[in-house]
Amino acid sequence: MTDPIRIINEKCVRCGACVRACPFDAITQADRKSFPVIDLQKCTLCGACVQACKFDAIEMRESCAPLTDLSAFRDVWVFAEQHEGRLHSVTFELLGEGRKLAQSIQMKVCAVLLGHQVEPLSKELFARGADRVYLVDRPDLAHYQDEAYAAVLVELIRRHKPNVFLSGATTVGRSLVSRVAVPTRAGLTADCTGLAIDPATGNLLQTRPAFGGNIMATIIAPNARPQMATVRPKVMKEQAPDPTRTGELVVEAMADEIVRARARRVRFVPEVESTVSIADANIIVAGGRGLQKPENFALLRQLAETLGAGVGASRAAVDANWIAYSHQVGQTGKTVCPKIYFAIGISGQIQHLAGMSSSDIIVAINKDPDAPIFKVATYGIVGDLFAIIPKLTAAFQKMLAK
Amino acid sequence: MRYVVCVKQVPETSDVRINPETHTLIREGAAAILNPFDNYAIEEALRMREKLGGKVTVLTMGPPQAEAVLREAIAMGADEGILVSDRAFAGSDTWATSYTLAMAIRKIGDASVILCGKQASDGDTAQVGPGIAAHLELPQVTYVRKIEAMDEHRLVAERLLENGYEAIETPLPCVLTVVKELNEPRLPSLKGKLAAKKAVLTHWKAEDLACDPRLIGLDGSPTKVVKIFTPPPRAGGQVLTGEPDAVVTQLVEKLKDAVLAAGR
Repeated sequence: MTDPIRIINEKCVRCGACVRACPFDAITQADRKSFPVIDLQKCTLCGACVQACKFDAIEMRESCAPLTDLSAFRDVWVFAEQHEGRLHSVTFELLGEGRKLAQSIQMKVCAVLLGHQVEPLSKELFARGADRVYLVDRPDLAHYQDEAYAAVLVELIRRHKPNVFLSGATTVGRSLVSRVAVPTRAGLTADCTGLAIDPATGNLLQTRPAFGGNIMATIIAPNARPQMATVRPKVMKEQAPDPTRTGELVVEAMADEIVRARARRVRFVPEVESTVSIADANIIVAGGRGLQKPENFALLRQLAETLGAGVGASRAAVDANWIAYSHQVGQTGKTVCPKIYFAIGISGQIQHLAGMSSSDIIVAINKDPDAPIFKVATYGIVGDLFAIIPKLTAAFQKMLAK
Repeated sequence: MRYVVCVKQVPETSDVRINPETHTLIREGAAAILNPFDNYAIEEALRMREKLGGKVTVLTMGPPQAEAVLREAIAMGADEGILVSDRAFAGSDTWATSYTLAMAIRKIGDASVILCGKQASDGDTAQVGPGIAAHLELPQVTYVRKIEAMDEHRLVAERLLENGYEAIETPLPCVLTVVKELNEPRLPSLKGKLAAKKAVLTHWKAEDLACDPRLIGLDGSPTKVVKIFTPPPRAGGQVLTGEPDAVVTQLVEKLKDAVLAAGR
């Protein structure tokens, strides 16, 4: 097997441009007299060096030949995530985005709806932009379950061959489609924040943050269909509902053995403590070590309740047991991107920034003017949070009362 | 009972910076560490062994220097380490990676529980754990925050969801991906460190795993990175100054529209 990327020494002038261009330190050059060497273990085949080389001295092998006839794959599918008969808002965002993609390649937008007694939701899906809804309605699909849901989706993909398959990058979405992509041999990209269709090739250009948001990568699956992506909630714009919009409802039968699952849900316990789940919140009020003690989270909760916000926390606050892990934002917690993120008494370690730096507006309140959080803040206040937060809560209450 | 923990060596992300002139990642001195979530997976496997007996096998795919994370796991108490490493794996995406690891787990043969961190801190995909489960056609529980009950044939795990948690019962063998809340990982003991130093690690190459060459490395990877770039810098921030009352008034004015748009 030939290496996927190689330096053609006959063309190389040993200028070192590729060494400098490599984001992954995968190319080394002992000195200016030596040819550069690519460490294949580190190389991600991102192509930065190929672009940087002015002498066409780096050759990257194209990946595998098409696995199947790509032209047979049509339409943009959206997984309609629902819990207890309510659609997750990311479904609407995906339908909005799916419409844009589908229009650019003259395809239909189809929602895939699994559950029990969920047919009424199809009207909502049409109103939000679906042209067609594939419905699998069975008692054994009443609760989300990885194996059964994945098996049903695999079967539907085999029957109807979608070109693009989108799901929310939620707990459910990420667990589910990772399982679906394997038997369908699909290209799958996680947690995308940007999608577009390349008009020349029909490839889905999937852009996502990597290394905690320090770099962005655009990924394609040129020889695989469907092109699957999970999409970060709150990034894409949902369409306003149009109740007059209708579509085609396709009820799919499914054999019992496909739906059979070995794991089963024993019980579900909703979280009662938090105001709004941070994964779904448009506004997050987050606190860190600067709060000094757990009781002071009450200040944040009041502000959060006023704004209808979720309560987040830094790792320091969670590790000190001031608040439950489900509130942790950052590398070892959750990645969020609300419209407004309040970082209160959070210094802004890079691991924390990795989880929230793509928020639309970041408000930082910290007494240390050198805290790294101010580097990403849209609005920064250097000051005593204990003096500021109660006043801020009162001011928002007054504003919202109007 | 055999517990297989899949681990990954990742760059210590906090050391990654962007050179403002060349826009490349600066990783000088960036240490390679064990993926933070994998610590919890190793710890849980050790606890399972303490309860039910058996062996903890740590498995990683990566360059030769990834041996370090296997030794780290052995220092914590794991029994053995397997490194899957081959030039043929270069360019693997999550499909090919999960296939390769699944082939290694097949070769191990008698895994009762396969544990992974919920995701790796460099790629952040969370796709490899469920991918392994799919390749092996095993049940999975992702985002595990607690093992409620377990015996030789089944376990009940709590899975963290956005709006709460659910308890899932699954027969063994199964694949678990775990979150930080699950446990507090132990520190390596002196004895463990000595064992790690002396441990003879198993090395497997592509041919040892009977991999289909079309399904590994670049050829086995449906996805391909076409561009890497720095995100546009955040628009310059604004520092609000003054007495608390004054800054609060300014801030509320600035946020007014956004707060109203966010909806209550």
